[in-house]
Amino acid sequence: MDLRTTEAAPSADERFAVDSVLGPPESGWFGGRRTPLDGHVAVGGLSLARSRRHLLLPALHALQERVGWITPAGLGYLCTRLDLPPAEAYGVASAYALFTFEPGPPVVVHVCDDVACLAASGGDPAGELARRYGPAGSGTAVTWRPSPCLGHCEHGSAALVQAAGERGGRASLAPFAPGDLDRLGALGADLVPADLSVPLALVPQAGAEGTRLLRRVGRVDPTSIDAYRAAGGYEGLRRALEIGPQEVVSLLKDAKLLGRGGAAFPTGAKWEAVARNPVRPHYFVANADESEPGTFKDRVLLDHDPYALVEALTVAGVTTGAEKGFVYLRGEYPLAAARLEHAAAEARGRGLLGIDVMGSGIAFDIEVRRGAGAYIAGEETALFNSLEGRRPEPRNKPPFPVDRGLFGKPTGVNNVETLLCVLEVLAIGASAYAELGTADSTGTRLFCLSGRVARRGLYEVPMGTTLGALLDMAGGVAGGRPLRAVLLGGAAGSFVGPGDLDLPLSFEAARAAGTTLGSGVVVVLDDTVDMNAFVGRVARFFRDESCGQCVPCRVGTQRQEEAVARLASGRPLGSVDDELALLADLDQVMRDASICGLGQTASSAVTSALRQGLIGDGAHTSNGRRR
Amino acid sequence: MSTPAPAPTPLTLRRSVQVTIDGEQVSVPEGSTVLEACRARGVEVPTLCYLETLAPVNVCRVCVVELEGSRALVPSCSRPVAPGMVVQTSSARVRASRRMVLELLASSVDLSTAGGDVHRWIEEYGARPERHGPPAPAADRDHAHAGHHDPPADGKAATTTQPVKRDNDQYVRDYAKCILCYKCVEACGEEAQNTFAIAVAGRGFDARISTEFDAALPDSACVYCGNCIAVCPTGALMFVSEHDLRAAGEWDESRQEVTRTVCPYCGVGCNLDLHVQDNRIVKVTSPLDHDVTTGNLCVKGRFGFEFAQDG
Repeated sequence: MDLRTTEAAPSADERFAVDSVLGPPESGWFGGRRTPLDGHVAVGGLSLARSRRHLLLPALHALQERVGWITPAGLGYLCTRLDLPPAEAYGVASAYALFTFEPGPPVVVHVCDDVACLAASGGDPAGELARRYGPAGSGTAVTWRPSPCLGHCEHGSAALVQAAGERGGRASLAPFAPGDLDRLGALGADLVPADLSVPLALVPQAGAEGTRLLRRVGRVDPTSIDAYRAAGGYEGLRRALEIGPQEVVSLLKDAKLLGRGGAAFPTGAKWEAVARNPVRPHYFVANADESEPGTFKDRVLLDHDPYALVEALTVAGVTTGAEKGFVYLRGEYPLAAARLEHAAAEARGRGLLGIDVMGSGIAFDIEVRRGAGAYIAGEETALFNSLEGRRPEPRNKPPFPVDRGLFGKPTGVNNVETLLCVLEVLAIGASAYAELGTADSTGTRLFCLSGRVARRGLYEVPMGTTLGALLDMAGGVAGGRPLRAVLLGGAAGSFVGPGDLDLPLSFEAARAAGTTLGSGVVVVLDDTVDMNAFVGRVARFFRDESCGQCVPCRVGTQRQEEAVARLASGRPLGSVDDELALLADLDQVMRDASICGLGQTASSAVTSALRQGLIGDGAHTSNGRRR
Repeated sequence: MSTPAPAPTPLTLRRSVQVTIDGEQVSVPEGSTVLEACRARGVEVPTLCYLETLAPVNVCRVCVVELEGSRALVPSCSRPVAPGMVVQTSSARVRASRRMVLELLASSVDLSTAGGDVHRWIEEYGARPERHGPPAPAADRDHAHAGHHDPPADGKAATTTQPVKRDNDQYVRDYAKCILCYKCVEACGEEAQNTFAIAVAGRGFDARISTEFDAALPDSACVYCGNCIAVCPTGALMFVSEHDLRAAGEWDESRQEVTRTVCPYCGVGCNLDLHVQDNRIVKVTSPLDHDVTTGNLCVKGRFGFEFAQDG
């Protein structure tokens, strides 16, 4: 391959940004100053440069944060450093929402207009911003852009501030009021995101008796490893090292722990498959790319209990024989990123990560990698591609990750909540854990309550708690209004109605009822919510987040959005029945023929909304029926 | 004088695997794909993104089949056979998915120059692209930002309609005809040419084949080998000569003669198929089954024929 990059020279800022990730150039062959020596020796060689392709995403982040956009010269320099064709690097970068390719204002405020905030505000945040500050993307010092869910749903409104410059970076702002743009605009290029105040998590049960996953949240200093250890931290790792990998796997199997990421795969079986695979090395990945609209549970855990994930991932690593672990964290969680980095550094300093974990002689270390605005990167195989510096496109399965995952090696991957459940199993033992919840869904589960509910926030309840009981804990529908529907499980979940309050929230009961717990999303909708707009937003979400690889999802999500819009506007093509038949066909092809779980569930909420009569003329009233 | 013993022929023994396809037992070599097993039985399975000479990317999903025990349908082009597999190639579920894949493509992409099979399949499977609405006008697809798009145009069906890219004398890129089969990216990259001038950019319905920053081909890494044209299933990538003849309404394959010859340039011995209309070379291909080229050529073999033209 002859690398051909632009002849435009990178700016000093661009060199600085890329070099801050990759180190100084090895030689004149890789973007450094040419010296007479370069004519005689090749330092490192091409394969070395290419072996660092996994640093593409971190380096793109550095360019975006320093310069405010990815310039041809900046990308060209990065490609020279990694010996990567610019077309491929552009293909990767342009798949992420947080990278831009045209100059713009140094401060970009991404404002959530997704389902949870839409329901909570009852208005049109993007419309109001457009009226006050002009269309998305306009402005000189600051601009705004609509954004999918930012994971601060308990506040009912949220923004992610992205500032470029020497001290550039990102910060969350929640709750967010359109007027905040004035304040941010006044600071303009002087805005230092780190100075923005940290949004408070709303966890009504924080530290309450009986909570497991939430027991340290709001009680234990999330920036002090001593505080974490004083609260019982690292007892789980100590125990795991004492009893050894086989016993840990047995414990997880006996506890009947199922994955909390959405697929409910048995955790013990997954860990065992990785541990037993003779191919080396092994990897373990914590999937913290929480992007399911309405979900904020992992963010709360990472913001307020980051050591727990570091410890749990270490347990996973030493149990499955992985020496390297990655936390793939969504790019929209700057606080969690800082706290996780800090937690990992402290753990390393105390010998709890590194070449000799807790004096066991076992090596394990962790790297935190940030996503860049792509829901699909949360799909485990797309996540591997993203970590490897490739487009976040799901891979066809089989082969499964336990056989061929990250860098083609056996890989374990678990959601954050699942990993934290492992610590609970180690803490109380398999039988005590299995006694929590139901026979088939053991333990506790986190639920993210948002929308038109009296007390929004993160709740932890034993599996099998009914939906009605959960809503009661949160004070029921805000203002005592009638319940219209609940979006359960997320955008990839489904709508349930007021008649479903007796539904036990367990994997088996949800499955039997034709719905899913998904990522624990409970968006409460009352009779004031414009259901046409709400369902339309779900359809828009999938249209925006499809990776575009396979036809059923790439075109199907577009056609689904169009059909929903036609039904909502009361102007169907042909008859309403024609439209319903078309949506049913789209549902079938996406479920049956898409490559990955995103495509296979992209029609589930829309299909259930039709079943519940939530789209069309009747959708504005509480007694809407399918016509 | 004794004749030397012939060198032993290397034998690659592949075990055979028994699978059931549409109720009939088939025995195929281990490592075959379901698609190969179907074809061995003479079952037609439509394919768009598949090509014998490239690694299957299983993205078009028109080759899906029903596999007993699998929740979703599986792409036959990439799924290796396993002993005892039971496959249905023509069940209602399979036909429904194929019909919808064809319908979705036909409603969004200009398939006018796609191969004849595509139109036959659209007919056979009963795809009705028109029920998604009248096509929306052209949009700027090269600068679409991931995660953002305009709301659906009133009652219109979004399409890939866009102007033809004509930035060099060899070939045009008419991405209004692109079904995003990834073949050109594969051929430009590690499957054949190792030039990597193009890649898939953007995402979702806005995903597209692009050079870096949508640079014109002369400013890209393109070496004009034309191997992307050779694998394009829809005519999105086309010789300028063919494109112009079609625009003038003069392209006529019934008036064309295809002559197989050997490339006159270097000594590798690439076979060329010269497509000649009215005594002029209008296109050059190389046979897929030619073991020197497997369909690939370089810029000289592909485009260096002007010296042979008559006047």
